[in-house]
Amino acid sequence: MIMTKIKRVLKAGFMNFWRNGWVSLATVLIMAMTLFTIGSIIFSRALILSTLDELQNKVDISVYFKTDAAESDIFLLKDSLLKLSEVKNVEYVSRDQELKNFKERHKDNALITQSLEELGDNPLGAALNIKAKNTSQYASIAKFLEDALKMEGVGSIIDKISYRQNKIVIERLSKILDSSKKIGFAISLILIIISILVVFNTIRMAIYTSKDEIGVMRLVGASNRFISGPFVVEGLLYGVIASVITMLVFYPLTMWLGPMTESFFGNINLYDYYISNFAQIFSIILFAGVGLGVISSLIAVRRYLKA
Amino acid sequence: MIYFDKVSKIYSKEPSGVVLDDVSFAVEPSEFVSIVGQSGAGKTTLLKLLIAEDKPTKGRVFFGSVNIHSIPQDELPAIRRRIGVVFQDFRLLSNKTAYENISFAMEAAGKSNKEIDDSIPQVLELVNLMDKASHFPGQLSGGERQRVAIARAIVNQPEVVIADEPTGNLDPLNSWEIVQIFKKINELGTTVIMATHNKSVIDSLGKRVITLENGKIIRDDKKGRYVL
Repeated sequence: MIMTKIKRVLKAGFMNFWRNGWVSLATVLIMAMTLFTIGSIIFSRALILSTLDELQNKVDISVYFKTDAAESDIFLLKDSLLKLSEVKNVEYVSRDQELKNFKERHKDNALITQSLEELGDNPLGAALNIKAKNTSQYASIAKFLEDALKMEGVGSIIDKISYRQNKIVIERLSKILDSSKKIGFAISLILIIISILVVFNTIRMAIYTSKDEIGVMRLVGASNRFISGPFVVEGLLYGVIASVITMLVFYPLTMWLGPMTESFFGNINLYDYYISNFAQIFSIILFAGVGLGVISSLIAVRRYLKA
Repeated sequence: MIYFDKVSKIYSKEPSGVVLDDVSFAVEPSEFVSIVGQSGAGKTTLLKLLIAEDKPTKGRVFFGSVNIHSIPQDELPAIRRRIGVVFQDFRLLSNKTAYENISFAMEAAGKSNKEIDDSIPQVLELVNLMDKASHFPGQLSGGERQRVAIARAIVNQPEVVIADEPTGNLDPLNSWEIVQIFKKINELGTTVIMATHNKSVIDSLGKRVITLENGKIIRDDKKGRYVL
């Protein structure tokens, strides 16, 4: 008997959806717009995070050593740096490598290459590039290095530390990172709330047109669950169809935007992101759509069941 | 089987707000009762109290042995399935066909598919609508819609059929047909309670007539006529 009931409710839900064609279509489109907003938020979040990541990776502290610094002393400093909890990694650049990079950078400048050749010797010292786990931690790493500078032995091999020049940039950047995350979150929250209200209202209107029918169903002796069931099924259908439409729209859109985002934001291609995270994005959107549809229907239909 | 015990319905404190005033009467099984009175006499309110669409201000309404206004909300659907209702404005589900309108009432009552497939042709035949089963209400005439509504009201074999001005929107010929259907239903053993102000309908019936005026019963005749 329960199976028959479920079958009847499902059938009635599908049939109402089909026969109220235009209302259903309008509701599905509005729901798709909401889900599109949610999807766009997912994509922009990926863009922002990857840009921030990229920027964060560009920030580092470099320690330049004197040309006569022994490699073993440098490695000693490297090991003690690696022991700090703030440090993500430390990259050693040897004197030869440093020279090679320098030549590469200035290969079009005849004057510099020429004077280097005249010099004969390698004028550059080795360096350590230090990356922190978080931009706000550079200050404490710099502090550690400055303390080291004062120490006997270590202090004598260090030529200079780049932090002071970068300090303002680093601090400003970490502030921007922080606030852009917060603003992004607030904007997404507002957008999501607005679109949820729009969808809820649309579904409420769709059910409002059936309010007399709900009254008739009650008089015929239908139980509340039997009356609300088909509406819930309709809400579910809105969600499923709208989320499929949304995912379909994102396919050509990201394909078109992908190369642009790659050249503009650097290391992220939206299309690749869409393809590789398809299952995850689809489940978020489907879950949001179905949840929104079902809950809105339930709330809306309950109002007309009480009276 | 139906018993109104000193029922009053008061919407507001002014004298005109009193719609039913201390009404008591009983209806026996298989009776055919017409309730007559002018517009505003309280006929519709009386029927609304009987199907628990509205609550009385004072008094009790019994269906069988239960006071239908003191039972929990979720037991009401079961009671309503024992009462078939027909309205002046038909109240069909507009996006369902005639057949589906009738089957909806059976599905709501939890009837099996086989019962539904067996019963609907029978009631459609009773109301003479075999050929219009797949039509939507919008494609039917007023008389046909009312016959669908009657088929829906009787398909669950209720103990009582309540009709509120069932002929109010129909021409004399259609009205006569509808009343014949009610007579037939009554002859098959179902109690019928019909509110109307159609004089010719009442006079042709020759059944019990309760006359309401200003919320009070002023006449209750076993073989009544329409007298006001």
